Amino acid sequence: MTEPVLETRNLTKRFGALTASDGVSLDLRAGEIHALIGPNGAGKSTLIAQIAGSLAPDEGSVLFNGEDVTRLDTVARARRGLGRTFQISALAMEHTVLQNALLGAVGATGRAFRFFRPVLKDTALLARATEALARVGLQDLAARQTAELSHGQRRQLEVAVALTLKPRAFLMDEPMAGLGAGGSKRLTTFLGELRREAPILLVEHDMDAVFALADRISVLVYGRLIATGTVDEIRADREVRRAYLGEDA
Amino acid sequence: MRRETLLNAVIMGALLLVPLWAWVADEPFTITLATRVAILSLAGVGLNIALGLGGLVSLGHAIFFGIGGYAMGILASHAQDYSPLLESPFLIEGTKSMPVIWLVAIVTSALAALVIGALSLRTSGVYFIMITLAFGQMFFFFTISWPAYGGEDGLSIYVRNGFPGLNTLDPIQFFAICFVLLSLALFASSRISRSPFGLALTAARQSETRVLTVGIDSFRLRLVAFTISGAITGLAGALFADLNRFVSPTMFSWQTSGEIIIFVILGGVGRLFGPVAGAALFILLEHFLGGLSEFWQIYLGFLLLAVVLFARGGLIGTLAGREVAHD
Repeated sequence: MTEPVLETRNLTKRFGALTASDGVSLDLRAGEIHALIGPNGAGKSTLIAQIAGSLAPDEGSVLFNGEDVTRLDTVARARRGLGRTFQISALAMEHTVLQNALLGAVGATGRAFRFFRPVLKDTALLARATEALARVGLQDLAARQTAELSHGQRRQLEVAVALTLKPRAFLMDEPMAGLGAGGSKRLTTFLGELRREAPILLVEHDMDAVFALADRISVLVYGRLIATGTVDEIRADREVRRAYLGEDA
Repeated sequence: MRRETLLNAVIMGALLLVPLWAWVADEPFTITLATRVAILSLAGVGLNIALGLGGLVSLGHAIFFGIGGYAMGILASHAQDYSPLLESPFLIEGTKSMPVIWLVAIVTSALAALVIGALSLRTSGVYFIMITLAFGQMFFFFTISWPAYGGEDGLSIYVRNGFPGLNTLDPIQFFAICFVLLSLALFASSRISRSPFGLALTAARQSETRVLTVGIDSFRLRLVAFTISGAITGLAGALFADLNRFVSPTMFSWQTSGEIIIFVILGGVGRLFGPVAGAALFILLEHFLGGLSEFWQIYLGFLLLAVVLFARGGLIGTLAGREVAHD
């Protein structure tokens, strides 16, 4: 088996008496979509924050492309190719859609400390940004102010900004939330293709999307992984059904 | 042409034509007034990079204004009484040359901004305001208690410093110097705001997480912005001291920091020509209302209140409308 792109080993995070992540070990392999599901308050966001580098774990480690990145901050992990999208949009709302995509291109190419040439005249940055917008279907809204976008469109823009980074792994926190049925279906198709470029660790509440997309699913309950497996294995797992899918086994 | 561009051209044209008219009409006081506007605008252009683009409410920009002023005062005072500034380990003499003084003012205020920024940018919001204020007060009281350069009384420089090929004592020529430097700073500011750096800096103001997630160090962005900002305000300080041929601890006072903020807010935070419009309005009010009552700042207070409550874009925002994101 090839080495996983992204791996957590025994990741543990406590907030006082609450153990938000309890020895979580999971991996993300090349070419796959690995969905992380669990009821509200299961610790999915805490786990994602530790993988992305915005929260330091108490114990355990995070490996990215074989390198131990546990001590690295968000900036360093992003520069190593970790593309993250947020559940609650973290976008520059006063900027246009294009400017948000350009920001990703600026970060990805390490050009943030160039002071003279207008960013809108840099054809390399523009090409990268417009390509990413076109891929998520936002090309016609490029000049629109981000604050004017619907929630679903903001979610698409989040994905576009992550695309400009040309990441080696995606970390997506509920990209489907707020999308209508049509949008959700389009994004599902898109993510299905995207996994060939870089694997996706997907946190998602939309079970239809999860079951349609995921190669593997991990189930998090009270900070602990209770199961990891293929869609069929998870569907059949008694503990998962009891703890999460809400059925009497 | 965009409305804001047109408005900017009108403002800049007025700032150029009024002193030219005054020169023809032999009204040197009006030229001096316009020179004050140009210099204070320059200080505001500096602050606008930190405050307008970076969202950094610095209540300590008087530090850089004062450092620029004292750079001029110290160098020129040694030159005028022929005493060396430093004898060992190597000799440094004073100078009456404006370009040298400007360079010293820019470098020293940039260094101060780098150090103060590195310490205070670890905080944000109200703590950042307070820590920059505290640094300002440190400089203020230090200069008051520093007898070598006049202490509380300040330093008088009897003859204005020189610029090769110009007679700087001629008000219109000194105005021309200040106007050119202001134009250069505005040009630099406009390039910065549209550069990749400007995009990242303004994005960091709106969402720090976003900037970090695309792999850009927001602390470094702000530190560089704060340093550039301090350097420009420092240059303005050197010119201001040369205009008055006098420096005193007042340049370091928190009221000075407040006034620079007022220029930016009156004119329009983050707008390229905001500081110019704001400084011009401030000087006009000071001149005309100050003639009516020594309590003219009461009216300034009302105006500021009106701007903050009803016209957040300041003068530029009210006249030119909402900011247009695209060129």
